[in-house]
Amino acid sequence: MTKDECKKVVLDIIADIAPDEDLSAVKPEVRLRDQLQLDSMDFLDIVMELRKRYGLEVPEADYPQLASLDSCAEYLTPKFNALPAR
Amino acid sequence: MLPSSLQLPRVVITGVGLTAPNGNNLPEFRTALLNGTAGIEWIDVRYMGQLPAGVCHYDPLKYQKKKELRVGTRAGSISIYCAREAVADSGIAFDAVAKDRVGIYVGTTEHGNVETENEIYAISKFGYDTKFWSHYHNPRTVANNPAGEVSLHMGITGPAYTIGAACAAGNMGLIHATQMLRLGEVDLAICGGVSESIHTFGIFAGFKSQGALAAHPDPKQASRPFDKARNGIVVSEGGCLYTLERLDDARARGAKIYAEIAGYCVNSDASDYVLPNPSRQAECVRKAVAHAGLTPADIHLVNTHATATPLGDIQECEAIRAVFGVGCPDTYVNNTKGFIGHCMGAAGALELAGNLPSFDDQVVHPTINISELDPACALPGLVINQARKVAKVDTILNNSFGMLGINSTLIVRRFVA
Repeated sequence: MTKDECKKVVLDIIADIAPDEDLSAVKPEVRLRDQLQLDSMDFLDIVMELRKRYGLEVPEADYPQLASLDSCAEYLTPKFNALPAR
Repeated sequence: MLPSSLQLPRVVITGVGLTAPNGNNLPEFRTALLNGTAGIEWIDVRYMGQLPAGVCHYDPLKYQKKKELRVGTRAGSISIYCAREAVADSGIAFDAVAKDRVGIYVGTTEHGNVETENEIYAISKFGYDTKFWSHYHNPRTVANNPAGEVSLHMGITGPAYTIGAACAAGNMGLIHATQMLRLGEVDLAICGGVSESIHTFGIFAGFKSQGALAAHPDPKQASRPFDKARNGIVVSEGGCLYTLERLDDARARGAKIYAEIAGYCVNSDASDYVLPNPSRQAECVRKAVAHAGLTPADIHLVNTHATATPLGDIQECEAIRAVFGVGCPDTYVNNTKGFIGHCMGAAGALELAGNLPSFDDQVVHPTINISELDPACALPGLVINQARKVAKVDTILNNSFGMLGINSTLIVRRFVA
């Protein structure tokens, strides 16, 4: 998985958990909470969906890594690539 | 007892918001009731298959965002729809209302079963690993959820809670709101009852195990109170919330007044978990009539609770006969569940709403699906299958009874200045 593909995965999840938001102009370098109406429960949704859809665990200590699309891609891409084949 | 010199403020109904299986506002609902149009359909119930049920078809996105629907509950959504409709119907300038002086009192039969069943089903797909259990479970299942969602949605900062009273709950919302208005605790109350019960298989399975779940080849005929062939309850969802105000406040703003709260009673059977007690029901009705300063002969319309169980209908008829059986020539009786099934926590509030227009048109909506009247349910004044124009409707008495033996009777009267 590339970092761009990883961003697409995260955006697809956000589209489901924030269905009223326009995601067409999300800036990858800007904190998601600064450009979208996302609260702490929504971030828990992102974590839950990564677990449900991909079997990918994000420890609580690493939640800050999910702040922006760029940081998500930095943090999650190697984790995706380390997942056992499904 | 309160001292007889104490004058409590008069409380009136100034707005109605509802969703029923056969209508999403009062005019639609009333038209369906007068035309004999039932709103029961087949639904697929988890683990159980196709069953008749009452489904509401309001547009949730009329007031809510998609995210609210994703995070919240069906009961919350129904409550928000009904609350917004009621406030709009009341004509009150809601933006100017002090939000800390608004109370939300929502009657519920049960809450949390739907959400808990859904979560258990969801984790069953992950080997029952609880790390897949939703972080929304607790806010969705707390008992105050439906009222709390209205508070969040409308920015209401006054008291907002539910009143758990089994199937007596719809009346209880109005009764409690009346009390809070009279005590001066709030200036505007949004109150009534809601039900999301069709989304829990448990309530269907429970009634089935109890031998009290309706079955019929035609879903629209499945709910048949007082009919000889009745065989149980049709479970429905629904909601009906009213705006209540003290009369002085309502008149000061020139509000339309649907009715005045005349009297009420809530009591308990203290006799059985599920079986009704006609003596306590009759006592509840008598006390409500006395509370309203009326006699049984002054009641023009009695809306029964009867849910179409073989025994329960007979027992309520026994109670009604004990109070109204003699010397009440102007008292008519009807039942709404043939149209909408049993809307559980919403039942009392919805069934009252369906009869409120009788103050204007003097027409009593019928009790439908009676092919052969059970002689044990042949109440004098029972309006069967066709709406009936009557001489006068100045008072409506609304019964709602529930498990664990809770009874509620609410009486409203035509508003006369």
